[in-house]
Amino acid sequence: MRNRILDTSTLDKELLKQLDAFIDSLEGDKQEHLIHVLHKAQDLFSYLPQNLQLYIARKLDLSGARVNGVVTFYSYFNEKPVGKYIISVCMGTACFVKGADKVLERVLELTGTSKNEMSSDGLFTVKDVRCIGACGLAPVMTVNDKVYGKVKPKDVDDIIRHYRSIQYESK
Amino acid sequence: MKLIDKMVQLKINDISINVERGTTVLDAAEKIGVHIPTLCHLNLEDFGVVNKSASCRVCVVEDENTGRLIPSCAQEVYDGMKIQTDSLKAVMGRRTNLELLLSNHPNDCLTCVKNLDCELQSLAYELNIKEIHYQGEKMKHPVDITSFGITKDTNKCIMCRRCVTMCNDIQTVGVLGALKRGFDSVVATAFHLDLNQTSCTYCGQCVSVCPTGALAETNDSPKVWRALNNPNKHVIVQVAPAVRAAIGEEFGYEPGEILTGKVVSGLRRLGFHQVFDTNFAADLTIIEEATELVDRIQNKKTLPMLTSCCPAWVQFIEHQFPELLDVPSSCKSPHEMLGVLAKTYYAQVNNLDPKDIVMVSIMPCTAKKAEAARGELNKDGLSDVDHVITTRELARMFKEASIDFTKLPNDEFDNLLGESTGAAAIFGTTGGVIEAATRTAYEMITGKELKEVDFKQLRGIEGIREAKVNIGDLELNIGIAHGLGNARKLLQDIRDGKSHFHAIEIMACPGGCIGGGGQPYHHGHTDILLKRQQALYDLDASMPRRKSHENEMLIKLYDDFLGKPGGHLAHDLLHTTYSAKERI
Repeated sequence: MRNRILDTSTLDKELLKQLDAFIDSLEGDKQEHLIHVLHKAQDLFSYLPQNLQLYIARKLDLSGARVNGVVTFYSYFNEKPVGKYIISVCMGTACFVKGADKVLERVLELTGTSKNEMSSDGLFTVKDVRCIGACGLAPVMTVNDKVYGKVKPKDVDDIIRHYRSIQYESK
Repeated sequence: MKLIDKMVQLKINDISINVERGTTVLDAAEKIGVHIPTLCHLNLEDFGVVNKSASCRVCVVEDENTGRLIPSCAQEVYDGMKIQTDSLKAVMGRRTNLELLLSNHPNDCLTCVKNLDCELQSLAYELNIKEIHYQGEKMKHPVDITSFGITKDTNKCIMCRRCVTMCNDIQTVGVLGALKRGFDSVVATAFHLDLNQTSCTYCGQCVSVCPTGALAETNDSPKVWRALNNPNKHVIVQVAPAVRAAIGEEFGYEPGEILTGKVVSGLRRLGFHQVFDTNFAADLTIIEEATELVDRIQNKKTLPMLTSCCPAWVQFIEHQFPELLDVPSSCKSPHEMLGVLAKTYYAQVNNLDPKDIVMVSIMPCTAKKAEAARGELNKDGLSDVDHVITTRELARMFKEASIDFTKLPNDEFDNLLGESTGAAAIFGTTGGVIEAATRTAYEMITGKELKEVDFKQLRGIEGIREAKVNIGDLELNIGIAHGLGNARKLLQDIRDGKSHFHAIEIMACPGGCIGGGGQPYHHGHTDILLKRQQALYDLDASMPRRKSHENEMLIKLYDDFLGKPGGHLAHDLLHTTYSAKERI
């Protein structure tokens, strides 16, 4: 019986080809490039489902536990489908003491979702992340690549409204 | 001058010593007899296994120069270092770290499988823990009982990574790894898959090094008790070669004492109707395996031939090298052979219905439990072997029945399937199976008597060994590997067409079955394994017959029942097939 999580037929063939090409282009010990490969895979597929993780494990001749260990170590990597906008609220020490928990609480409230889950409209995924290295701007949150510094809980309303509205406009 | 450069001078507890640069504080302390408690640290020197994760922090000592606590198992010495292992700071530091480990531990020691055999428990005693000052959130992971061989209770894990080292670095199976981080971190399979969904071989080397009850054999003794208490069942037991060399350790004997007679009488006290010897079937395996090897050599069939007695190894090749499934011998492992004979030959002779027979195997092995459940290993819908319990489980059954093992008389195995030769005795150690096969193959091929039966070139403890044996005109190239990581190297050579061997013996566990996942815990003392190994070689040397084909009961079995070695009935009952499996 073929194990469900080994089945790669649900993965986009064109994207897999691109991933293969990236892996083939890597020089030296390919196993050393696991994190690069995972980054590339997430760029292509937006998240790293189990069958994709095992596909990568095979390509790099690593164990599934090793790949899954790295994926689950870094909050950057998503194991579940993600929304169009990924909101990351920094929970590093500096941000935390400056009230990041209240920011996170407000973000979750407004997006109507829970940590690391996608909102029901498919727009947002909210994550609490480790220090992102911008402590001078604490508390910090990012939406995709855009950084918001010195965020107060009441600022969150405008930020969320902004992304909802551009979504509406683009429709 | 160079010699001095290599050396480092330091003080431990005000005692000056010189040690080589690169030595850890722990090893330096040991040299002058200073004991430092450890938990995650594991050094199986003879097998090249070192776990130095420095994760438990139980071995912290005070560096007086900096006033800091350092993990002695990982910290290397430096010139002028001053270490205090028993300062108040060091003692309290160790205690705090241990209390933190205990703060989220289930603390169900009374009913834990490792009760009185647990390194965490021993440390709590040693460090005089009378109160756990921190109460952490307990983990709530489901206990994985999905596999036949190993039960995994993550809630008892202290993240020492010993099992991860064994599974990845030594066995190269890669089923266990560390997932997540911080408070959520956990030693688990990929995606928390159940063990039976992974390519776990059930070798049990993770179990053999786990300091707590997080990894243990699946307990099958209740099934055995039920069978023994069922008046309609004829319950037969068999004992593997490596069990007799290790079980004494559970009752205070020195390692390496052979206690076959006591095991036999103890099993009779437990109520088994017949006590057979897996060694009988080991001799039988040799006849079948040597016949197959001679056939493969003389008729230019697939070579090398790999031994197939070890079920963890069989599982390994099925998952990891599915393209090489024609290289292992088709022979079933000895206890499976004995099982099928008990339900056919023995049943016939004694006019018993095979359905009423329950076959129990006492094995040094957790993988044998999973092997017994394999669909291929049955005859007419009846499993060759019904239950497998490990050396440790048998010792617990003796204790449970309040049988004083030390006072048991020495009994003999029941006949029909009880006689054995010295060749069978050494099945339990790395190199033993192939030596036994060589003794028989020699006489099969040359037709001459083999005078010197000791093939010393096949013995030893190195992970991969090779030797040449001259058999008439033929120079037989023999390879031996123990530990699955070593096996992998030989298999890669076969796959790449680079292997020059005729025959290869593979055992999954370091040392062979003497170091099996079901044996009494060695707690890092590998000298115990070497003593068990020597005991088996001594047993072999003491036997009147030392070649499998001289086993008289075996000759009778072929004459009366099986026909000729490798013949039709032998093939039907004693051989098996393998199937490709996935690697996760």
